[in-house]
Amino acid sequence: MTDNSDSNDKLIPEKVLRSNITARIFRRISAHTSILIGGSVLAIIVFMAIFAPLLAPHDPFDQDLSRRLLPPFWMEDTNPKYFLGTDNLGRDYLSRLIYGAQISLMIGVCTALLSGIIGSVLGITAGYFGGRIDAVITFVITTRLSMPIVLVALAVVALVGGSLHAVILVLGFLLWDRYAVVMRSATQQARNMDYVSAARAIGCPTWRIILSEIFPNVVNNLIVIATFEVAHAILLEASLSFLGLGVQPPDPSWGLMIAEGKEFLLFDPWVITIPGIALSILVLAVNMLGDGIRDVSAPENRN
Amino acid sequence: MLNFTIRRIILVVFVALTVSVIAFFLVRMSGDLATALAGEDANAQEIADIRKIYGLDRPLVVQYGDWLFGALRGDFGASLYFPETVGELVAMRLPTTLLLAFSGLLISLVIGIPFGVISALKPDSWIDRVSMSIAVAGQAIPTFWMGLMLMVLFGLILRWTPISGDDTWQHFILPSFTLGYYSTPPIMRLTRSGMLEVLSADYIRTAYAKGLQPWRVLFKHALRNAVIPVVALASVQFGHMLSGAIVIESVFAMQGIGYLAWESILRNDIAVIQAILLIVCLFYVGLTFIADLLNAWLDPRIRVS
Repeated sequence: MTDNSDSNDKLIPEKVLRSNITARIFRRISAHTSILIGGSVLAIIVFMAIFAPLLAPHDPFDQDLSRRLLPPFWMEDTNPKYFLGTDNLGRDYLSRLIYGAQISLMIGVCTALLSGIIGSVLGITAGYFGGRIDAVITFVITTRLSMPIVLVALAVVALVGGSLHAVILVLGFLLWDRYAVVMRSATQQARNMDYVSAARAIGCPTWRIILSEIFPNVVNNLIVIATFEVAHAILLEASLSFLGLGVQPPDPSWGLMIAEGKEFLLFDPWVITIPGIALSILVLAVNMLGDGIRDVSAPENRN
Repeated sequence: MLNFTIRRIILVVFVALTVSVIAFFLVRMSGDLATALAGEDANAQEIADIRKIYGLDRPLVVQYGDWLFGALRGDFGASLYFPETVGELVAMRLPTTLLLAFSGLLISLVIGIPFGVISALKPDSWIDRVSMSIAVAGQAIPTFWMGLMLMVLFGLILRWTPISGDDTWQHFILPSFTLGYYSTPPIMRLTRSGMLEVLSADYIRTAYAKGLQPWRVLFKHALRNAVIPVVALASVQFGHMLSGAIVIESVFAMQGIGYLAWESILRNDIAVIQAILLIVCLFYVGLTFIADLLNAWLDPRIRVS
């Protein structure tokens, strides 16, 4: 700006500009770092889940009360055969942890897919057709947003009985709201583009316009939301299983492992520490990946 | 604004009605009320009698209307396990949950707003990055596990706080924090982005140029405008906390409506589940309504669309 800079120059554009450039560089780097870190950790967990039968040192369901609650490696009196110790039924904790990754990932991915399909169909339909259809779908979205997820999910799971499939279906039918909201507004923008008018002018059928003109231009939003919904679903499954209304014993869901370890919290807190850390690492990795993808693909959505 | 408010009120009434239909039918599908009321070893005749006495043989729509009009007068029917009516039961347990949600919200505002402001004043400084990183990490920690860990650390090892129950204010420290930390990051982010936007506005530069003290500009001119969307978000978060209380209350054995809901779901105590579902949903609807009005008041563009 001008030569005579005084104290009020704190707000002059030059400084703002400079901080914006450093900010942008920092964001670019941090976006790639978080994709790298989140992606690698997630890849390791996916690998663990896929090759669980080869990696797990023991059968995760094999009970033996003579070796119950063996402590993990960093404590005293450990058994080297049971690296992370054993649970209250004498089952190898490391093996249960590895198999538990399968459940969390399965819930996360299947729920995100199911809710993604429901939400996208609703959102694109509302955004493309507008008018009365939009009003109805907006009403459905508003109603869905007025229902507490945990409470409704618990009630429905109690109704149909807890199982992996039940949890996926229930969460899938509850977590579509964000997809619908974002896809609706993205479609509203895309609908008014020239190439859509051009397609309409040459007599393209509606389904074709939606599939080959609209969808490819709104799909990038999907990936970002999907990663966050994967994390959301994993946390919700853990909560439901913790409350006894999710995945049922003897399946090694991490949330269920925490619930089963709850009564040993006083003398063996590691029983709940280990699955909790596993859950946090998985969710953090998914979130970091999502944050990174968002910052790289659409930095304006950062805040 | 009046026009917008009226339209919103009509929408809210319809949403509330739809939600009540869902709450009624969802829970009613979970089992035969007559069989549950009659008890384990009732014969077919007794079940049929009970069905008659309680009016369960009438069409479902009639029963729904009956239930809804009862609910509007505060009569939610009888619990299968408690001697009190469901209305009394919920009225007894609701204050604990409201207090818990309120103190949780207070904690997330007290942490979230100052850190959001500091981050906005010095964007991309170490404090901005550290608080954002903690926020990202915190969002990955399941609340119930956080509650258990805090219980182990402060209740069992350090013995600073009681570990379960809801008798004194000390009992609320850990649960409120557990509930509050999870809502802090969104509040912090919104404060930060709101402040960043406001601080680059012309009227802030004018205020500085007039020679006002920086703190005055910050609090009187900037924060006051940036905080309205945060209040709107906080209103929605309060609803989430009422629902999140179900997990926290069962971790800390607090006798609020969340714990009551959980117990009732496990025992299939239909009238109680319906009542709690309806009440929490109505809270949601009401709080979202407040948030919408606040946002519309702030941003006239929302009113027209």
